[in-house]
Amino acid sequence: MSYTLSVNGRFHDVDEDGETPLLWVLRDSLSLTGTKYGCGAAQCGACTVHLDGRPARSCSIAVRAAVSAQIVTIEGMDGAEAVALRDAWVKHDVPQCGFCQSGQIMSAIALLRNIKQPTDQDIDLAMSGNLCRCATYTRIRAAIHDAAAKLGTST
Amino acid sequence: MTRHPSKKGRWRHRVKIAFASIFGMIFVAAAAGLGYALYPRTMPQTQMIEDRLQPAELDRLRQVSDFDEIADPTVRSVALFEEAGRVIEHPRCMNCHPRTDRPTQTEAMRPHTPWVTRGADGRGAPTLRCSTCHQAENFEASGVPGNAKWRLAPIEMAWQGKTLGDICRQLLDPARSHMTREELLHHMAQDELVGWAWHPGANRRPAPGTQEAFGSLIKAWLDTGAACP
Ligand code: FES
Ligand code: FES
Repeated sequence: MSYTLSVNGRFHDVDEDGETPLLWVLRDSLSLTGTKYGCGAAQCGACTVHLDGRPARSCSIAVRAAVSAQIVTIEGMDGAEAVALRDAWVKHDVPQCGFCQSGQIMSAIALLRNIKQPTDQDIDLAMSGNLCRCATYTRIRAAIHDAAAKLGTST
Repeated sequence: MTRHPSKKGRWRHRVKIAFASIFGMIFVAAAAGLGYALYPRTMPQTQMIEDRLQPAELDRLRQVSDFDEIADPTVRSVALFEEAGRVIEHPRCMNCHPRTDRPTQTEAMRPHTPWVTRGADGRGAPTLRCSTCHQAENFEASGVPGNAKWRLAPIEMAWQGKTLGDICRQLLDPARSHMTREELLHHMAQDELVGWAWHPGANRRPAPGTQEAFGSLIKAWLDTGAACP
């Protein structure tokens, strides 16, 4: 069946079974491979995208349930939080293998949009669904604090 | 005149025969093993998700009429609640009535992974909502269960670690259940999130009986004076 998806501000027609996970459509049909397939079971967060501004695991959403949403992937992410986090990620050299990192950043952006100056506990709460097999957690935390501080001084 | 083999020669002959039969047996066993290993048979095949999942075993609930022979209304009421308690104490219900801020999951009621917390409204922390993963319906491809009302019961309605009698008294206490008896009956008999317990998807074992049968037991329990075990 044909579905029209709004991804990164553009409409795409895709011909898929309605039960296909959104993640597969993003990666295989739309070639947006920045969003990663980790576990396929909502356990790791590698597939995180934003649906109407809220983080969601694209491996666990049927494509037919995503038609009415504004979907934003790492490729289309923009705004002050995204830029501050990207710069902090580079400064702290956060990624190791990098596989989890687009999901980490998508969750971190949602965190900073909700809480301007997160505490360590806020970061743990928001990021606990994003696993990193290279255990870059301490650098992720430092980079989020750094980005929050940058955003705080620039506003 | 015949030549008799020497004693030494006889022994040599016996040893030769013994070795020959041991090697013979080894050869026959190896040939049989090779034949078995090479015998053509079907390779493991890929399976559809539905085939891979074990069919969930269905437990039945006793009907309200099964309790008619109990003459004493209080005893009957307790018996009705104990039967309903098979649903209440089922992991499908208990997992969302935790005594901490963290739900449990699976038949083993292990702590929820990923690590999540109930948040102010029982639907998760503002930055990690239940709806990050749980959608309006069960999603078979990832096995993640879902319902539009997905949330935890309030902490005052924690059931885990309580006896069935304690749960019963808690249900009847509006300060803790936040429900009148009519609302309680509606919650048990008609609420769609409660109803999920009978349609949990994937290979999760559903709660016993049906929501309708469970609702009838709760109604009969309330009608007979709502006695607690
Ligand atoms: S791939 Fe979606 S959470 Fe792991
Ligand atoms: S950087 Fe390797 S999994 Fe996170």
